[in-house]
Amino acid sequence: MSGHPIYEPQSAFMKWLERRLPIASFAYSSFVVYPTPRNLNYWWTFGGILTFMFGVQIITGIVLAMHYTPHVDFAFDSVETIMRDVNYGWLLRYLHANGASFFFVAVYVHMARGMYYGSYKEPREVLWILGVILFLLMVITGFMGYVLPWGQMSFWAATVITNLFSAIPVVGSSIVTWLWGGFAVGNPTLNRFYSLHYLLPFVIAGVVVLHIWALHMVGQNNPTGVEPKADKEVVAFTPYATVKDAFFIGLFCIVYAWFVFYIPNYLGHSDNYIPANPSQTPTHIVPEWYYLPFYAILRGIPNKLLGVTALAASIIVLAFMPWLDTSRVRSANYRPLYRQFLFIFFAAVVGLGYLGSQEPTGGYVIAARILTIYYFAFFFVILPLLGLFERTRPLPNSISESVLRHGVPAGASAPSPGVHA
Amino acid sequence: MKRHLRLALALALAGMLCDIGAAAFAQEADAPPRLHWSFSGPFGLYDQAQLQRGFKVYQEVCSTCHGIKLLSFRNLAEPGGPDFSEAQAATIAASFQVTDGPNDQGKMFKRPGKISDYFPPPFPNEQSARAALGGKLPPDMSDLAKARSYEWGFPRFIFDAFTMYQEDGPDYIHAIVTGYEDAPAGFVLPPGGQYNKYFPGHGIGMPKPLSDGQVEYTDGTPATVDQYGRDVAAFLMWAAEPTLDARKRLGFQVMVFLIVFTGLLYFTKKRVWYAVLDDRDLEKPRAPTEYKS
Repeated sequence: MSGHPIYEPQSAFMKWLERRLPIASFAYSSFVVYPTPRNLNYWWTFGGILTFMFGVQIITGIVLAMHYTPHVDFAFDSVETIMRDVNYGWLLRYLHANGASFFFVAVYVHMARGMYYGSYKEPREVLWILGVILFLLMVITGFMGYVLPWGQMSFWAATVITNLFSAIPVVGSSIVTWLWGGFAVGNPTLNRFYSLHYLLPFVIAGVVVLHIWALHMVGQNNPTGVEPKADKEVVAFTPYATVKDAFFIGLFCIVYAWFVFYIPNYLGHSDNYIPANPSQTPTHIVPEWYYLPFYAILRGIPNKLLGVTALAASIIVLAFMPWLDTSRVRSANYRPLYRQFLFIFFAAVVGLGYLGSQEPTGGYVIAARILTIYYFAFFFVILPLLGLFERTRPLPNSISESVLRHGVPAGASAPSPGVHA
Repeated sequence: MKRHLRLALALALAGMLCDIGAAAFAQEADAPPRLHWSFSGPFGLYDQAQLQRGFKVYQEVCSTCHGIKLLSFRNLAEPGGPDFSEAQAATIAASFQVTDGPNDQGKMFKRPGKISDYFPPPFPNEQSARAALGGKLPPDMSDLAKARSYEWGFPRFIFDAFTMYQEDGPDYIHAIVTGYEDAPAGFVLPPGGQYNKYFPGHGIGMPKPLSDGQVEYTDGTPATVDQYGRDVAAFLMWAAEPTLDARKRLGFQVMVFLIVFTGLLYFTKKRVWYAVLDDRDLEKPRAPTEYKS
């Protein structure tokens, strides 16, 4: 492909600035003329949606922090003051609390898209690993944010999750005491969670910069998984991708607003409107919905250390996907078997999420164990073996061919490299 | 075909496993009846007359044991609430004795409440409540309507997101108030407990709080336990969520804006992409902002 146009400063000031700090040409080449495959579908808009949700969380979070008191005696009441007396405080809090949920909705779709279209494969391994790190940071940040209102679920979630570290042999209980800043979840714990909940989003922002940098090095994947080969196969980021992203952000916001304005407590747990009480355990401790699949994996395993290891492994294994998947074909559109196993994997994750919300008894535990086995088998058995045995469909020679042959059976095109006989 | 069969088998197996679990852990308390509330749905707002009646029930009955410490007397006169006048709210405030101080002598003292005061708690501390009530601690009711719910389970919880069902708190409160019954034969009540068919585990510490005709209504509303339950539950929903009216009103404006704006974005997107995707023909001339190949 020929190089895309470069920014040429027009005004005297911009010429002056360009020689000292070429920020305008950087923005121009990154966000205006940056080439993006023309055949991207709407699943590719979730990166933009994530950026938007991140902005919403930062802005609402900073204002909420102006009114919040990180102290065990005042935290719950300060949140209630925000809800009742701060101007539009209810809006800020409901936007932030539901915003966390929708942030996770977007990140799960974003990850599922990456898995379906093989966006983790060479040369995008670093891009993918940075994404896994971002997800991990989001999980930690979200958990700490959930603790801040200091309701019953906040307190007991903090107790259960920090206690997981006690499973580590020898040093476990020392680590837990160190995390708590005392011998139980208390004021030092709340204070440090607040500090970290404010800090980690800026760490996330830093990793997002790396994530986008890596993306701009290797370019976007696309539904065919075949790299763009000609200028006519790409379009400029602005206006094409920006307007497409903006449209889908609008749709996403309608669903988000539905929750914020009409069912703002639907995704939360009613027990979190009861102030934290260390001497009264809730009948049923559950995390927020977006952690439920991992919670089900944790509880399904009878040994605590193994359970915690599986919990950590269930996220970390994602980082190894580029090497666990041995197939050279990226997109699941051309991998009939992978496609099926992947959909079963998605169903298993949803199933684990449901089981995580239920009492861990009888059939629920057995079902959780079966799904956990599938979860790990998908990564450690199915992914490596599929690459060796799967008969993939013929790949199009280029994006143009796939677009022009839209509606023509894929098998009609000539076989191309990367197809296993 | 074979593949679909395999998938169906897998799903059926997963479903069976879930069913075994569900049977092993059936809900033991009755589901609270779902009532019609003035504040349900996208346009539902509080009914001021109902909130005033509910406040009367709260004040005459519940407030003996249950506080609403997060509420101030001024809230009673704020928009979207029971709509008392400021004078009425001040009169209600003055009927309470509030602890203030310390005064010049360094002593705490009692004075009639002012409109800016918060509702004083019925008991000065947890221990005095337990001492007076045989070891029981009545919960503060400020957030009660959001702090209680009922697990409707799958698939109902999915429909509830679409029908905007968010009234499980008031439904539960109404159910508890009306759910007192004689314990069925063979049911062993915990000491000091009453049988309530909607309370989890059925043994509730609170004695039956309301009976027909207990609170006088002057507006012709039937003075029944069922009606008291509805009114006090509505009042407690307002106490927990005094900004609900503002939220629904702003929500409608935001929704209208978002739908129109997203519609415009859709047509903008179509217009911008027209040159590229027209008939999916790659050789057509493209927009001037495009690169030259």
